[in-house]
Amino acid sequence: MSPGIVQFAYILATALFIFALHWMNDPRTARQGVMAGVVAMTIAIVVTWAQPEVIHHGWIVLAIVAGFVVGIPLARVPLTAVPQRTALSHAFGGLAAGLVGTAKYYLWLSEGPENLTAFRMIAIIAEIILGYLTFTGSLMAAGKLQEVKWVPQRPVTYPGQNFTNLGLFLIAAGLGIALILHPTADWAPKLFPVIIGLALLFGVLLIIPIGGADMPTVIAILNSYAGLSAVAMGFVLDNKLLITAGALDGSSGLILAIIMCKAMNRSFTNVLFGAFGQVQQITAGGDHKVYKAETIEGAGQVMEQANQVVIIPGYGMAVAQAQHKVRELYDQLKKRGITVKFAIHPVAGRMPGHMNVLLAEADIPYTDLVEMDEINPDMPQVDVALVVGANDVVNPAARSEKSSPIYGMPIIDADRARTVFAIKRSKNPGFAGIDNELYFSDKTWMLFGDAKNVIGELVKMLGGGSGLH
Amino acid sequence: MTPDAAPVQSTDFWSQLFVLVLATFIGLGVIRRVSRLLHTPLMSITNAISAIAVVGSIIVTGADYPPHIRLLGAIALFASMTNIVSGFLITDRMLKMFKTDRKPGAGEQK
Repeated sequence: MSPGIVQFAYILATALFIFALHWMNDPRTARQGVMAGVVAMTIAIVVTWAQPEVIHHGWIVLAIVAGFVVGIPLARVPLTAVPQRTALSHAFGGLAAGLVGTAKYYLWLSEGPENLTAFRMIAIIAEIILGYLTFTGSLMAAGKLQEVKWVPQRPVTYPGQNFTNLGLFLIAAGLGIALILHPTADWAPKLFPVIIGLALLFGVLLIIPIGGADMPTVIAILNSYAGLSAVAMGFVLDNKLLITAGALDGSSGLILAIIMCKAMNRSFTNVLFGAFGQVQQITAGGDHKVYKAETIEGAGQVMEQANQVVIIPGYGMAVAQAQHKVRELYDQLKKRGITVKFAIHPVAGRMPGHMNVLLAEADIPYTDLVEMDEINPDMPQVDVALVVGANDVVNPAARSEKSSPIYGMPIIDADRARTVFAIKRSKNPGFAGIDNELYFSDKTWMLFGDAKNVIGELVKMLGGGSGLH
Repeated sequence: MTPDAAPVQSTDFWSQLFVLVLATFIGLGVIRRVSRLLHTPLMSITNAISAIAVVGSIIVTGADYPPHIRLLGAIALFASMTNIVSGFLITDRMLKMFKTDRKPGAGEQK
């Protein structure tokens, strides 16, 4: 296949990738985008495979088959597990970049040291540092999300943590510079694995201080890193398709990370180095206030009388797998002519858009999923706000309490609704370990229990009363 | 045919940088318009797209290189392929679920 055809095919693939992302701007055209992506990827693979320099085919077939064998089950995970699947795929992306960078370095070192120009070495070092740190960092994130036993769930912090991390990174970067200046020195092939080791270690250390509530931002940042490592690979291999596709991925991760940070009123550096965990222990020791508990019957009666109900889902809904019960509740209320909307906070859940996917899975029309900024002006007119497993995103302390770690974070104004019902698994504080004033408000009534059971009971009670079953 | 296959002495740094800058701007412009509803599928489709690293992995695995180099390529190819397959499949699976309203008949239960 002539180089002209290869380049033309790569340009075509690039255009299709851009269309794929463009079509994601509307749920009605989004599936078309997936098709465009699949076509582009197929073109890129076929054209590359057909290049004359590719002469061994056995391992390629084997690796592709293995990719299908592992990839298909990974695409069938329950939707509550999508955050850890996503983190895992960032890990794979980082690993691929790291390995190709490693392979290329040792190849050129033995079969053409003249190829190791300063520019190529910069690209290779960037590729391996980004690739390997994304690999272990994403594995750690996936482990935290999957609640793997030996991965600490709570943020792990220790004195001098940021200093250690920064120091480690500077050492890796310094060794990288030494290698860029002397890529073919006697010690170079031995230094290379040291840099890999440091990048792997740095990835782990970067993620251990991060708690579950910050996961949406961290996943987005890791997404960006995975994209950037693909860009670096493009520079190493002089392949513009890699550069463009990597840049699309990198900018996507960047935009999502910015949106997540804004939704928490925090900066990148604060999320990565802020160690959210330390502040909590100080504030969690406040005096004990009293919750008002409500029965299912009482809550059901109030909801029946409402004109407008807003349901505010959070990570607790995902944990309890309550989305299908929530749909039944939605149906029961709709049947009575009650307006039901869902208020979606950008950082609700463990990754960007997590709640939307879960509710769409439960067959709730996406037109009833409303963003925080859109629903907040309407909250004072809402009769009932039902909080399902959300905590920090409805905590009014974010507006008023200057000493609170979440001060300044935009929240859904649940407290401005006429009545609030909050479903909570236990009387312990939420993930961030902060007391939620909303629960002690005069108009708030608590429904203690597993979200799935509580909503199931509500549905049963409402269903029994209507006589339609 | 050979000039493309043979190792290139000097890479075209400036045109690569040019491509990177332009692609980043296109990316920022396109992604900013993506519906917030679809941020999770967006992440899984960009995962699949960035697995374009497959292109580099195929060359490293299939070219006439020493076996240990090709083995690294094969592992990278496996990792990329996993991302491509699972990324596109799960994106489509999620997108299928986004509907404006229920199909007639979906109201009847059990």
